[in-house]
Amino acid sequence: MVSKLQQLYKTFSLQELRKGMGVTGRQFFSKKTTIMYPEEKTPKSPRFRGLHALRRYPNGEERCIACKLCEAVCPALAITIDSEEREDGTRRTTRYDIDLFKCIYCGFCEEACPVDSVVLTDIHEFHMEENKERLVDKRRLLEIGDKYEADIAAARKQDAPYR
Amino acid sequence: MIYDTFLFFAGWLPEPVQAISWIVIKITAIIAPLMACVAYFTFAERKVIGYFQTRVGPNRVGPKGWLQPIADAMKLMFKELVVPARSNRYLFLFAPVLSLAPALAAWAVIPFSDTLVLANIDAGLLYILALTSMGVYGVILAGWASNSKYAFLGAMRSAAQIVAYEIAMGFALVGVLMVAGSLNLHQIVTRQSGGFWEWYWLPLLPLMLVYFISGVAETNRAPFDVAEGESEIVAGFHVEYSGMGFAVFFLAEYANIILIGALMVLMFFGGWLPPVEIAPFTLLPGLFWFGIKTFIVCFLFLWLRATFPRYRYDQIMRLGWKVLIPVTLVWIVVIGLGKFYTPIGFIFS
Repeated sequence: MVSKLQQLYKTFSLQELRKGMGVTGRQFFSKKTTIMYPEEKTPKSPRFRGLHALRRYPNGEERCIACKLCEAVCPALAITIDSEEREDGTRRTTRYDIDLFKCIYCGFCEEACPVDSVVLTDIHEFHMEENKERLVDKRRLLEIGDKYEADIAAARKQDAPYR
Repeated sequence: MIYDTFLFFAGWLPEPVQAISWIVIKITAIIAPLMACVAYFTFAERKVIGYFQTRVGPNRVGPKGWLQPIADAMKLMFKELVVPARSNRYLFLFAPVLSLAPALAAWAVIPFSDTLVLANIDAGLLYILALTSMGVYGVILAGWASNSKYAFLGAMRSAAQIVAYEIAMGFALVGVLMVAGSLNLHQIVTRQSGGFWEWYWLPLLPLMLVYFISGVAETNRAPFDVAEGESEIVAGFHVEYSGMGFAVFFLAEYANIILIGALMVLMFFGGWLPPVEIAPFTLLPGLFWFGIKTFIVCFLFLWLRATFPRYRYDQIMRLGWKVLIPVTLVWIVVIGLGKFYTPIGFIFS
């Protein structure tokens, strides 16, 4: 009987509802977690897998030796490589295309590369205006690599103990 | 004084033209601020819900996001109005009007302050009840004319819900008019004079709660928003509307929310009266008190939406028919007996 009255009191005093509104009411005054995106950004892991790049050795020689391991391992068949012998007798790529629409950013190409040539940088804010721009060729990839070499090297160094 | 200025500019016009233009001016004086309130209530909603969810809400358009509603309005105005194939074209275009018109017309009898009222009629409460029930026709027509199963389902749900809660709402108002002894909104408010503890919320506490809950259900707001139910039927009755058609439904919904807030204030929280009838409070204009109280009630609408999950359809029906209506009936009897047959009848007047 008493418990029934208590139940009735609980129902008609809207106790549970007031409790719930108390919870949300506290959140109203809590510190907001929003990050003001273009001005503020969240920290990124050194393992972040974004846009691709091809690296060079410090002397300016391109690292890629056209072993085609990345092409073979790529699960999405996003990489296309043609190779030829260069004047100095070394094997080099004449064509190195990555289809950014096919790519799933798994990072297998980077893991497969024996000379640390192809890498995934932490650039994720890129876009295309035309369909054909999805194909990134060797020249662009090397450009990206040259431009962000410092960042790429720093991220690799930071993550090296765990690889 | 304003009328004198009007006569100065329009005195040369023939008599009937003068009368009509004066009415139009009065209508504009209510509708224009109301539309601005509606626009900024949508902004307030997004901001407040954001704050409840520990984010900041829209803040990109204009300083601190203050131009957001204007940007939204511009966008909706320039969007194409798509009329679905094999829909009933005339009813489809007529439904938003039928939804908005009563929501706006009801404001004609709302006393904003002691002197500020468009039409101080004796059956004000009756007029409000009549007009707010008209709104459901817009919803039903929209759902039917769209020729879409989701719109139709939304309309059916919304109609059943509004009809169910209309009754509890009406009974709650019966309590008010029993206590006030008048249907005139101005008189209902003046009967409550004497400060916070004299307002009707105290003797009519259960009816106040019932009225508020029915008001939330009546306007199809969360947690009673099965008529819109984003996760089940996309947007309910207005799923086929785009551009201005959609905007008009939106305006009607928010105008109705503010209307419920205003009625709540008039009936239970002393309208334009200050909470304490001493110097600093009585000096402030009645419009200020009316506005701030209405804002608090509207804020409560947003708070509810931020807190509670959506009711299941059968739960809504159970709450409406088996809880709210009996509660109001019992309290009406309590008021009647208490007022006329007990020595403590004075609390009910």
